[in-house]
Amino acid sequence: MLDQIIPAVLVSAIAFFLVYLITPFLIKALEKRNLTVKDYNRVGGAMVPRPGGPSLLIGIVVAEIILYTFFPTIEIVAILVTTSLAFVVGIIDDRKTLGGWFKPIALAGCAIPIILLGAYDSNLTFPLFGAVKIPALYVVIIIFMIPITGNTINSIDVLNGVASGFMTIASFALTISLFVIQNYEIAIASLPLGFASLAFYKYHKFPSRIFPGDSGALTFGAMYGVIAIVGHVEIIAAVALLPAVINSFLFLSSVKRIIEHRQIKSNPVAHTDDFKLMVTTDRNAPVTLVRLILAGGPMTEKQIGSVIFRLGLFSAALAIITAFMMGIKI
Amino acid sequence: MKGTPIFSFIFVMWVLIIVGGGLLILFTAPISITEYGALDSFLTSGVKAVIAIILVTIWIYILSKIKNWIFHKQIKH
Repeated sequence: MLDQIIPAVLVSAIAFFLVYLITPFLIKALEKRNLTVKDYNRVGGAMVPRPGGPSLLIGIVVAEIILYTFFPTIEIVAILVTTSLAFVVGIIDDRKTLGGWFKPIALAGCAIPIILLGAYDSNLTFPLFGAVKIPALYVVIIIFMIPITGNTINSIDVLNGVASGFMTIASFALTISLFVIQNYEIAIASLPLGFASLAFYKYHKFPSRIFPGDSGALTFGAMYGVIAIVGHVEIIAAVALLPAVINSFLFLSSVKRIIEHRQIKSNPVAHTDDFKLMVTTDRNAPVTLVRLILAGGPMTEKQIGSVIFRLGLFSAALAIITAFMMGIKI
Repeated sequence: MKGTPIFSFIFVMWVLIIVGGGLLILFTAPISITEYGALDSFLTSGVKAVIAIILVTIWIYILSKIKNWIFHKQIKH
């Protein structure tokens, strides 16, 4: 037991403190190089540094490399490689605005190391009913999983603190679920994601001092996806991510094509005189999670974030219940 | 509470995931094609994939209907 507690505490602390300590330096460096974007939801439109992905990647990669010295498994290598590749895709997208199809295709490429390393089990396990072996289909699932989780987290990164706060909740739910199903090594390997997200949230929460950018959001999403695959918790991971899945589902079902958020001409939300957010009456605007939350009336950015976090906690609870249900067969 | 319909929607999605998984296990898992030699595993996977795609399509269709039903007033607003 002690041989697992020590690396768990160590990698959690390393991921948390590296992100916590590096991010202020990254903020200064980005400001110095004028790599800032306007926060349209802030009174006066403050300029916020972006991207925060590099500090996240350093925290996660260092923690996972140290974990590899304790548990030299192929699954940790897959987590490291896929997460790093997704970061590269994100940083390219941060520097150059690329088309709507670039990210899904590039992220599908990031999933290939998982297949090449053989860091997966082709049994897809469902709660209550057991597992189904789908060797060929599972490879397709892997190819789709990383773009879906990456873009899902990226699409929810629309308000101060939401992406990192939501990721903290979802990843800790995944960690708890991995402990519940007794997959201890992957549970420990998932800890850096939760603690890196938590440390980044300190700077990303309202009012944001830094935005994660595509590099940060895709690092979050891809790592979450690869943990789901190597930890054999695909269904649990999907449940914990449901609020973000709903956001993507609503967006795609209203826009009806793969498109970059920046390419949307009609804004789904507008500002009231006291700078609260409210829904627009524009029928061409996409339906999003934020737009649905605002259907009840105007809210501040902080209030919307709070509703999204409550939704995240609800999904996290369902995910943990699902993990317990994995042990029951009917 | 703010966002109550969304909590309901998440709960419905969760139930659909579990029920859909059950259907997949009950009807898809036992399928095994054994009369085509080397093509057996390929055909078995193909049939399972088609059934899975049909289930996912039905799942998305049901979700769209439920979404419209739950959020009708909000979207209209």
